[in-house]
Amino acid sequence: MTTLTSTAAPARAVAGRLAAPIVLVLFIAAVLVPFASLLLAALQPAGAPLTGFALPDGLHFENFSRAWSAAGFGTLLRSSVLIAVCVVPAAVVCATLAGYALATLDVPGRGRLYAYLLLGLSIPTEGTIIPLYYDLRAVGLTNTVPGLALAEIGAFMPFGVFWMRAHFATMPRSLIEAARLDGASSWATLWRILLPSSRPAVTTLGVLYFVWSWNQFLLPLILIQDPSRRTAPAGLGFFTGQFGVDVPLLAAATLIVIAPVVLVYLFFQRHFISGVLSGALKG
Amino acid sequence: MTTADRRLTAEPARALAAPRPTKPGPDRAGRGGRRTARSGRRRRRTVALLYLLPALLPYTLFSVLPLLHTAYLSFFDWDGVTLPSFVGLDNYGRIGSDPQLRAAAWHAGALILFFSVLPICVGLVAAALVSRRAGRRGTGLVRTVLFLPQVIPLVAVGILWRWVYAEDGILNQALRAVGLGGLADAWLGSFTWALPAVGLIGTWVVSGLCMVLFLSGTQRIDQEIYEAARMDGAGPVREFWSITVPLLRPEFAVALSITVIAALSSFDLIYITTGGGPGNSTVVPGILIYRLAFGGGAVGVASALAIVLTAVISVAVLVINRLSREAP
Repeated sequence: MTTLTSTAAPARAVAGRLAAPIVLVLFIAAVLVPFASLLLAALQPAGAPLTGFALPDGLHFENFSRAWSAAGFGTLLRSSVLIAVCVVPAAVVCATLAGYALATLDVPGRGRLYAYLLLGLSIPTEGTIIPLYYDLRAVGLTNTVPGLALAEIGAFMPFGVFWMRAHFATMPRSLIEAARLDGASSWATLWRILLPSSRPAVTTLGVLYFVWSWNQFLLPLILIQDPSRRTAPAGLGFFTGQFGVDVPLLAAATLIVIAPVVLVYLFFQRHFISGVLSGALKG
Repeated sequence: MTTADRRLTAEPARALAAPRPTKPGPDRAGRGGRRTARSGRRRRRTVALLYLLPALLPYTLFSVLPLLHTAYLSFFDWDGVTLPSFVGLDNYGRIGSDPQLRAAAWHAGALILFFSVLPICVGLVAAALVSRRAGRRGTGLVRTVLFLPQVIPLVAVGILWRWVYAEDGILNQALRAVGLGGLADAWLGSFTWALPAVGLIGTWVVSGLCMVLFLSGTQRIDQEIYEAARMDGAGPVREFWSITVPLLRPEFAVALSITVIAALSSFDLIYITTGGGPGNSTVVPGILIYRLAFGGGAVGVASALAIVLTAVISVAVLVINRLSREAP
């Protein structure tokens, strides 16, 4: 009996110490194994019979070149970049100006305007997509970069204003008052005093906007019907429907589409994680 | 206006705007000063509105007005081509009676189980296990990997999992390897398994996020509370329910609102993996709105469904935020 308890106690302590690493390894494996399976599939020769986890008989990178040129993912990637280049800077600037005004300036009806903007946080794309299609088509903006970009900027505004307002509200009040007393205009206060120390907040917003814009699916699926102007995820969606059986090609195309967003994430991961942890999810 | 002017007029504006006893005697300079101050304030308020305009304009034009337009369309029977005809609330009535639409609502509810309840439970238990004994080493790398599913487009997630669930995918391969080959199935094509299979993809996407969220929450909790509890003889389970869970209220609110919105407005994942099939066994509101409005020629019903979906999401977010603010 005594021997039993004396061995049970250290055993429990060991189990307790091992719990953390075991849980972490399980989580990491759960994330990485599907990726590994897809990567292995992308390296298989085209047309070979496939199973989920099998080493290829060599590295067949030709799937990637087939996806890039023959399947047109090079072009798709280019239009995704174009959309992101239009959306991210514009949306960040708009959100920064509005967040600054709501946090520090004497805005008439401030509370109501802020509440009006926050309402947008719970508008799903499904709620706006039907008239967006018919109305943008009526003014000739479907199948265009500006049409899709404006729709994304509109959808991204509520979170951005929320984020930048919260950021500017944490800046010391005395700093702003001192700038005003020195005769700085509101514009100069923003650009010369506040923005230089706002790099982290602005970068986080920019990274989130890039990821959302890149990953957006329903908006480009509906608003861009012209195959040559589709964004990468939308193109991937169509491609799956048509060539779902050519697994190595589809796997290579998928890896091409996720590569840019994964690179941006790895580079700015701290920013991205802090943004998501504070409740940012859209699209 | 020169800098000196502005300094004179702008700063005391607030003091002047507040009512104060008027001194006897006409004081021209004083009145003039007040008038400049008022116009200065008005000017500054106009400028402040100009700062808001670049955000308000695209938001109003491309989110709010379309939403209102959706509400308007929901009162019409319209195929997208011919003239719409007014039908009042009929489209909303159809949502209640149509079995396909009811199935979509039911599936959205089931997805909350997989997108919210399950990941939050998994994340919470994992965070509790890890935080109790964890050194901080390696947490950076762990975070990086656990957030990966958050970063990649859901379309890619869908393709990833189509391959996992495929007849020759790793899931069936693993089952065969451990002698359970009889259980192997074409998961996404099965009437029984397609919905849970799709749901578990959602669990995969957000579990890591929930765990990191709760982990950063537990690090915020003062260690002395745990020590006091341990001195009072609380075991790990008691500690978990009496300290960790109640003090993680803000993290619950964030996790719930993120995941409930993701569950209710899910579209990308279902579109890629099952398209709503087999039959209607995985249709969700998003898929039906897409089908009805852009293929089925029932724009009115789709709009009504979109309005109901938006309302449900707004109420859910509101309730979650209320609950999180109330004292435990």
